[in-house]
Amino acid sequence: MHLTQGTFSYLPALSDDQIRAQVSYALERGWSVAIEYTDDPHPRNVYWNMWETPLFDVKDAAAVMLELARCRKANPGVYVRLSAYDRSKGRQTTALSFLVNRPADEPGFALERTEFADRRLKYTLRPYATVRPSGQRYPHGD
Amino acid sequence: MAIRNGASDQARSRWASGVIPYREMGYWQPDYEPKASDILCAFRVTPQPGVEPEEAAAAVAGESSTATWTVVWTDRLTSYEDYQAKAYRVEAVPGAPDQYIAYIAYDLDLFEEGSIANLASSIIGNVFGFKALRALRLEDMRIPPHYVKTFQGPAHGIVAERELLNKYGRPLLGATVKPKLGLSARNYGRVVYEALRGGLDFVKDDENTNSQPFMRWRDRFLFCMEAVNKAIAETGELKGHYMNVTAASMEEIYERAEFAKELGSVIVMIDLTIGFSAMQSMARWARKNGVLLHLHRAGHSTYTRQKNHGVSFRVLAKWCRLIGVDHLHAGTVVGKLEGDPRNVSGYYDTLRLNRVGPDLGRGLYFEQDWASMPGVMPVASGGIHAAQTHLLLHYLGEDTVLQFGGGTIGHCMGIAAGATANRVAVEALIQARNEGRDFLCEGPEILKQAARWCRPLREALELWRDVTFDYASTDTPDVTVTASF
Repeated sequence: MHLTQGTFSYLPALSDDQIRAQVSYALERGWSVAIEYTDDPHPRNVYWNMWETPLFDVKDAAAVMLELARCRKANPGVYVRLSAYDRSKGRQTTALSFLVNRPADEPGFALERTEFADRRLKYTLRPYATVRPSGQRYPHGD
Repeated sequence: MAIRNGASDQARSRWASGVIPYREMGYWQPDYEPKASDILCAFRVTPQPGVEPEEAAAAVAGESSTATWTVVWTDRLTSYEDYQAKAYRVEAVPGAPDQYIAYIAYDLDLFEEGSIANLASSIIGNVFGFKALRALRLEDMRIPPHYVKTFQGPAHGIVAERELLNKYGRPLLGATVKPKLGLSARNYGRVVYEALRGGLDFVKDDENTNSQPFMRWRDRFLFCMEAVNKAIAETGELKGHYMNVTAASMEEIYERAEFAKELGSVIVMIDLTIGFSAMQSMARWARKNGVLLHLHRAGHSTYTRQKNHGVSFRVLAKWCRLIGVDHLHAGTVVGKLEGDPRNVSGYYDTLRLNRVGPDLGRGLYFEQDWASMPGVMPVASGGIHAAQTHLLLHYLGEDTVLQFGGGTIGHCMGIAAGATANRVAVEALIQARNEGRDFLCEGPEILKQAARWCRPLREALELWRDVTFDYASTDTPDVTVTASF
């Protein structure tokens, strides 16, 4: 399967130049960029691992790309996303968020149905990868 | 007759029994300085021939506040100066010699806190049938923060909705199931599943999809949740279906909403036809239960469309934000339904921004301060398709739900392919916009580039390239140069 979380998941994987262009767009608007990674792609897994703290003081896309390269190197073969945060009053939320890395093989999700009375079902989503402990979920490489 | 021309009978006292002109009863006060806490209204007034505009304006002020057709001595038991609405300005409408914009100020004490039903009964109650006017339209209202703060506001709002769905930086995508009537629940769910797995964020019941003989509501909800959950599992992305809980009574509306919540639906939907108080009840329910609330503005055009009579949609948009819905259909500009680009831009700002106007060029007569009330997500729906995506992004911006119904389900490669075409179109344009490209001018080229590697988009562009709905708008702003206040 192909995880479609993030703003650009229906496009071909972004090149580093394309990622840099998006980072520049965010920085020009005064948004701060954060790098996060995870090996649990459940859609309700909100809190991915933070690669250091959000880069509040970084105003240069090249510096963000350098951090991204470090994160990718330290966490090969998992999901990595870049998020741009808008701290302005009335927003104070993420303004843009897109995947910049994904595992070579994405096994997807099991959908479990529990039956109740009157034809009601309770649905539970379980990523196949999370059967294994964190750190052992996706073959390294990439 | 209270409406009279020229000077009144000076000999008469304000309190003599009988009938005197409204403007001499205190309803016309050209020197009045509106208070920060007043509710202000701009009415488009078309007086009957021979009725002067000031008297017509005073009559509107009178009939929408304390007056009746004759002098009553019981007014003198009240602090009537406070309770009388004051018409404080009248301006001729450019290009429409029989029409005037009357500005009227209402003291806050005239209105019950947090009640749109009360506000509507006062401002658009009796006065719209008043014989001395040929036509009357409520163009805009300034709701002061004092009154805004007595309302709940959107159950969640744009920011919370995006955080809940984990979707940022692009318009959300939806579709209304078609045909909207006649499908069995099982077949209906198939459409939902295909559209969601193909890349949409939401699918939607239509306004009259309630509980008919061919598909009862409970069956629809069960099949749709199967569809939603299957699509989430295949994409790893949160999705929803607007379950229309509109029903004949509040008890049934609650019953359906509770069931949708119990099944795990992130969103339910109501129609404008259920009425303002029912909408407000559902906004409370939605806040309490953590379920997003979509409003379909079914029926609004009966009173919002004609320029000389009724209530402007921008007023309805303000009421809906106060009532507390999370989504509201607000026009597409380019689709099949009424919507002048400047007016629609005014509606979108009214729903989304914290401070709006005045900007007569966009039909905004007043400054509106929302006092940090969260924004409503505007929904663009009705005759739009992927080939228009750059126009939609230009006119409507990023915080919107673009609903391609026919533009998804009518795709020649199937519903999922139609959904993919729309999603790719949106993402390609957002990427190009963020890269600094002139996405409005280059839009067709950007879409064509993406269509090179995305066959569903290629087919969609081919199929709908020449479909436009190019008719003159009925409701357009009358631009005048006036001082802002």
